[in-house]
Amino acid sequence: MSSSMLFNVTMVLYMVSTCIFFAFLASRNKSVGLAGTYAALFGFLVQGAAIGLRWKESYDQGHGHAPLSNLFESVVFFSWTIVLIFLFIDFKYKYRAIGFFVMPFALFGMAWAQLGLDTGIEPLVPALQSNWLMYHVITCFLGYAAFAVACGISIMYLIRESMEKGGADVQAGGLLSMFPSIRALDDLNYKAIMIGFPLLSLGIITGAAWANYAWGTYWSWDPKETWSLIVWFVYAAFLHARITRGWVGRRAAILSVIGFAATIFCYLGVNLFLSGLHSYGK
Amino acid sequence: MTTTNKRGFAQEVWDFFCSLKLSIFLLIGLALVSIIGTVIQQGPQREYLATLSETKIRLYSALGFFDMYHSWWFILLLYLLTLNLICCSIKRLPRVWKVVSEPVLVMDDGFEKSLANVKDLKLKGSKEELKSRMEAFLRAEFAVPVITEKDGEYHLFAQKSPWCRLGVYVVHLSIIVIFVGALIGSFFGYKAYTNIPEGGAISQVQTQSGKMIPLGFDVRCEKFSVSFYDTGAPKEFRSVLTVLENGQPVPGFQNRPIIVNDPLTYKGITFYQSSYGQSDEGALYHLTVRDRKGGAPVKLNARQGERVALPGGAFLSVMEATMDVRPFMRGFDGPGAQVEFTPAGGNPQPFVILSDKYESFNAQHGGDLLITFDGMDQKFYTGLQVAHDPGVWVVWFGCFLMVLGICMAFFMSHKRVWARVTDSGVTLGGSASKNPAGFEICFDDLVEKIGKA
Ligand code: HEM
Repeated sequence: MSSSMLFNVTMVLYMVSTCIFFAFLASRNKSVGLAGTYAALFGFLVQGAAIGLRWKESYDQGHGHAPLSNLFESVVFFSWTIVLIFLFIDFKYKYRAIGFFVMPFALFGMAWAQLGLDTGIEPLVPALQSNWLMYHVITCFLGYAAFAVACGISIMYLIRESMEKGGADVQAGGLLSMFPSIRALDDLNYKAIMIGFPLLSLGIITGAAWANYAWGTYWSWDPKETWSLIVWFVYAAFLHARITRGWVGRRAAILSVIGFAATIFCYLGVNLFLSGLHSYGK
Repeated sequence: MTTTNKRGFAQEVWDFFCSLKLSIFLLIGLALVSIIGTVIQQGPQREYLATLSETKIRLYSALGFFDMYHSWWFILLLYLLTLNLICCSIKRLPRVWKVVSEPVLVMDDGFEKSLANVKDLKLKGSKEELKSRMEAFLRAEFAVPVITEKDGEYHLFAQKSPWCRLGVYVVHLSIIVIFVGALIGSFFGYKAYTNIPEGGAISQVQTQSGKMIPLGFDVRCEKFSVSFYDTGAPKEFRSVLTVLENGQPVPGFQNRPIIVNDPLTYKGITFYQSSYGQSDEGALYHLTVRDRKGGAPVKLNARQGERVALPGGAFLSVMEATMDVRPFMRGFDGPGAQVEFTPAGGNPQPFVILSDKYESFNAQHGGDLLITFDGMDQKFYTGLQVAHDPGVWVVWFGCFLMVLGICMAFFMSHKRVWARVTDSGVTLGGSASKNPAGFEICFDDLVEKIGKA
């Protein structure tokens, strides 16, 4: 059994989970929702095993390193952390409908990684041979994942709010009836960002610590660094906006979506469109 | 009139800097303008400038876009943020400090109505008995209570982690600490760069702005090596360095290997492996010369540019050489050298010679002589990044404060419980600064336990 096969199984499981969550919205049957969560959990475990196996495979090739070093590995890890944060929020608050808005992110990540990216295991170039790589990548991606979940929740908020404004009768049924109330969604959005913000802060700090250790500058305004700071500013603005009246609800949801768009740009856009230190495997 | 106007103006300025609207504006504004510097190349290279029009270049440099993060207006925004932060904290801290240091000990009717969690409990027993019972209960199940007697009633107050309310201020303070650390670094530190050839030593380094800075000691590069994976990707760049004081190696700093991600620090100055190259001055080239008419081959050594006398009155100098010609000459491999050959009484002729594997290639030149290139003792230089930053520990301390403060602000909650004890029973009230749903469960739990106690 190879890690690549297990990643394929993971991708299928995430697709199954997404479909079940859709069936849950349509059927409004609680046990269907639970099945969606279990499919996601199963996929999560398989993916965890696959990541572990890939780690071992790199040792078999004679240059063992944690599978966090190129674009393929980071996309896989990102989708794994998204499912982790989703499961955490799902088990804690039990709003199953969120699954339909979050699992597609994880599914999309896996599909892109498996179908579109170079899956080869390469040895680490000197710049990446450091334990800081692990601390830095893990904290950053957990933060990004929490923002992905917040973004899914915010999209639900915006859909539900605009339907309610349009006069849809929420109680009568339809897909909307399984959505949490807009107050709950607003609150969950805040909670997800409360998980993400400290992790992103830690990610930036570990990145700075690593840069200082490896190059002697903790901050050099490299595009990736700058974009992570931009993301950080956006979410700091989000947190402060909640304290002043009038910025909860719709505006907060929009800010959360913008924040996630900036996050994705920070993660991928910088590598694709700008140049700097953090280019994957260039 | 004038004085009130003046006070009015000062008040307005103060209110302006205390406003959270300003903070949101500054945070979003900083996020937006930061984008500029990621799109326009900073410290631009000539090739990049060539792609821009004249007007654009003039506009960008006038606005400081080519070094945007150090431009006066970007720095001004950062100072405004700091000022906003300080003013806001000065305004709000006393109020929060009061909540922490002077808690409301007595739950009167008005206060009771403001609490989200209140429960009336009918309990048997006298006021005194109930008081002791509640005291023991709160001590065991929640926190040590403070007891106040007022209007013939007993009031118990107990709280958990009141100081977590200061978390926000710890975060804000941390940002100021980080700024201070960065300022210390920019005033008292430097970033520099140096190349040391193998066997060579340096005593000063050049900063980014071109200034030479004496180190106060010498650094010698004993050796540099680079290794590759089978795939051709680089595996390790390694310099072996020795620190010298007054020409003598410093114990513990002799033959110290440094690699990327593992620098050397001496007297607060750190040396980072950054780049490398082939050092020309040191290379020794090996050649073999043979007379085509016969005779024993002669081995020669030459340094770069050196004119070497060949048998028969000709001269040769090696201009440049490589151990692998593959990147330069399709279909050939092995060592190769660009030489200038001057026949006896003739004009200089430049050509390329290769190893003895390519006899017929080498035979094209050299007159009576057949010259082959056997290789060279290659010398490298190591490129080191050099940094001295006395502010860095202040920055790390600030980062530590930030993480601590964020954890206090987000994951901890100031929980308070009041109990009013009268002859007819106990009224329990509670509130928490965070996570009201979680506190409700905790409060209901307490109520249930009192019933059983
Ligand atoms: C312009 C500068 C800033 C000002 C004026 C400002 C002001 C404030 C104020 C007044 C509060 C509310 C305190 C309370 O609830 O009593 C607050 C909360 C907070 N601030 Fe700032 N702040 C600034 C910048 C920042 C930055 C850059 C960060 C980044 C980490 C930050 C992190 C926080 C956090 C984490 C909270 C708690 C939010 C919550 O509980 O939801 N602040 N800030």
